[in-house]
Amino acid sequence: MKILVCITHVPDTTSKVNFTDNNTKFDSIGVQYIIGPYDDYALARAIELKEATGASVTAINVGLAETEPTIRKALAIGADDAIRVNSEPTDSFFVASQIAAHAQGFDLILMGRESIDYNSGVVHSLVGEMLGLPSFSPVMKLEIEGTTVKMSREIEGGKEILEAKLPLVAGCQEPIAEWKIPNMRGIMSARTKPLKVVDAVAVESTVKSQKFQLPAPKGAVKMVSADNVGELVSLLKNEAKVL
Amino acid sequence: MSSIVFVESADGKVKKTSLEAVAFAHAMGGAVTAVAMGAVDSSDLESIGKYGATKVLHAADARLNQGIAKAYSAVLIQAISQENADHLILAGSSLGTPVAALVSIALKASLATNVVELPNTSSGFVVKRSIYTGKAFSYVELTAAKKVLVIKKNAAELKEVGSSVSVTAFNPALSDTDFNAKILSTEKATGEVLLPEAEIVVSGGRGLKGPEHWGLIEDLAKSLHAATGCSKPVSDLGWRPHHEHVGQTGIKVAPQLYIAVGISGAIQHLAGVNSSKFIVVINKDPDAPFFKAADYGIVGDAFEVLPKLTAAVKAAK
Ligand SMILES: Cc1cc2nc3c(=O)[nH]c(=O)nc-3n(C[C@H](O)[C@H](O)[C@H](O)COP(=O)(O)OP(=O)(O)OC[C@H]3O[C@@H](n4cnc5c(N)ncnc54)[C@H](O)[C@@H]3O)c2cc1C
Ligand SMILES: Nc1ncnc2c1ncn2[C@@H]1O[C@H](COP(=O)(O)O)[C@@H](O)[C@H]1O
Repeated sequence: MKILVCITHVPDTTSKVNFTDNNTKFDSIGVQYIIGPYDDYALARAIELKEATGASVTAINVGLAETEPTIRKALAIGADDAIRVNSEPTDSFFVASQIAAHAQGFDLILMGRESIDYNSGVVHSLVGEMLGLPSFSPVMKLEIEGTTVKMSREIEGGKEILEAKLPLVAGCQEPIAEWKIPNMRGIMSARTKPLKVVDAVAVESTVKSQKFQLPAPKGAVKMVSADNVGELVSLLKNEAKVL
Repeated sequence: MSSIVFVESADGKVKKTSLEAVAFAHAMGGAVTAVAMGAVDSSDLESIGKYGATKVLHAADARLNQGIAKAYSAVLIQAISQENADHLILAGSSLGTPVAALVSIALKASLATNVVELPNTSSGFVVKRSIYTGKAFSYVELTAAKKVLVIKKNAAELKEVGSSVSVTAFNPALSDTDFNAKILSTEKATGEVLLPEAEIVVSGGRGLKGPEHWGLIEDLAKSLHAATGCSKPVSDLGWRPHHEHVGQTGIKVAPQLYIAVGISGAIQHLAGVNSSKFIVVINKDPDAPFFKAADYGIVGDAFEVLPKLTAAVKAAK
């Protein structure tokens, strides 16, 4: 079995978000980059399947050269090889088109439920549709028996147990697997594992980013005494008008 | 200009988030046609008109009783073609978002998810999206002739602008390959307020000390007709089910009121709640970071404050 795992290179979840160049560029000064947390679940499940069935795992990222340390980390965690599509990931359709161009021949394509920068939550659906494959997200459990994949998918207020046939695309989230931390041997071997850099395929994008904006700053918190919770109720009722 | 709105339902009832999508489409202007799938109560279907739909198409095929994104997208693609619609509007959800993506490919449409405001059409067609898990916004221009917008909760005000409308049966052609998955079962909290759609959320963190104390959270939630949520460690420890975990790696909520009890306010938790209109924090540590993100705060012991607050809410009714 061949598994493709799509990983993003994103600011660490504790990062403060700022923009430069007249609010048109993310300010990466002082920001630590990580594998997207949901992509990390996808990768962890792929490695589990590799260990259980001898599957091969290829990692793919659409990004410029700065993403390579993140891709190497995926190799250190256990991916066998990797592809970097050398291009700025401008919008979901563009990214999905790049991934689809390299996804032929894979039995299982795993992604995160969403990237934590763009938060589109659609690249898995787009790639699936581009390849004519079913896609499911957010998948919390994924077991393979022959060509049948049994999944549990989160729905509003609960979950749904479903079955579909390989090949397919899944957007993953916990508790599909436990995040894996690379060990020393993994880190050493990652240096020599193949990382192929390819050019982007031409795509006409119909979504154009204009500018970014930070939310308006929050006003000061109004404190209420623990001995007077009635005051909180009346503030919520009369001032905030939410009760 | 005209829009199709995908109207989701659960247990025969149209979802409120979908009515918001109808209100959003109405506010954009032009004719609004709502499309509903599977078994839905007829009175609910008719009342979609009150929120601005001028027409309701009902695809009652029993195979659509289960939410399979591929089949739903096939229905919507045919509805868009029949009505010659320019836009498809959907509420973001575990079904709406994938359906939007599939339709966008088939129609070569511009797709934007997490839309928080009405589009600005003064020059081009520009939408505002929430990104970086609520920490920022981006403005994107959609340039394709057809547009698919997935809206975030509270992107439109839900108000009655029309009256009931008649419902037309819609019988699109569906092939077996459109049903590309078999749903074996669903497990869903019933009769309770669903977390992603709730107007008020009461969440507990590790400060609650253990699952045996969740009655305190539930009592307050019940008195407010609220959903209950929790922090990640609480679901990791198995005190509460996974689908209640709020934050960067869990559910993102956008209620009118979010009440956080015994939650420190780590940035990953805040990422899931920063779209809330008002935030109340109850924590025994006056330096808990959550107070910086709060509108109202109480420094105190959850075990003392919660029963008093529940009583005060009941008394105020
Ligand atoms: C990649 C990543 C993703 C993450 N995603 C999420 C996420 O999605 N959601 C999430 O919640 N966390 C997430 N976390 C974890 C997050 O960093 C925090 O560890 C977590 O939110 C802390 O949970 P807590 O506030 O319940 O517990 P704690 O940090 O232990 O805080 C408990 C709070 O309770 C207060 N308290 C104690 N006793 C009482 C009492 N009797 N009365 C009142 N207050 C009391 C304390 O003062 C303290 O502030 C993530 C972490 C990482 C690294
Ligand atoms: N630039 C990228 N390179 C590789 N995979 C990506 C990229 N962007 C998104 N993905 C994958 O698509 C998933 C969903 O992303 P999104 O639709 O942006 O929320 C992510 O969790 C990744 O698995």
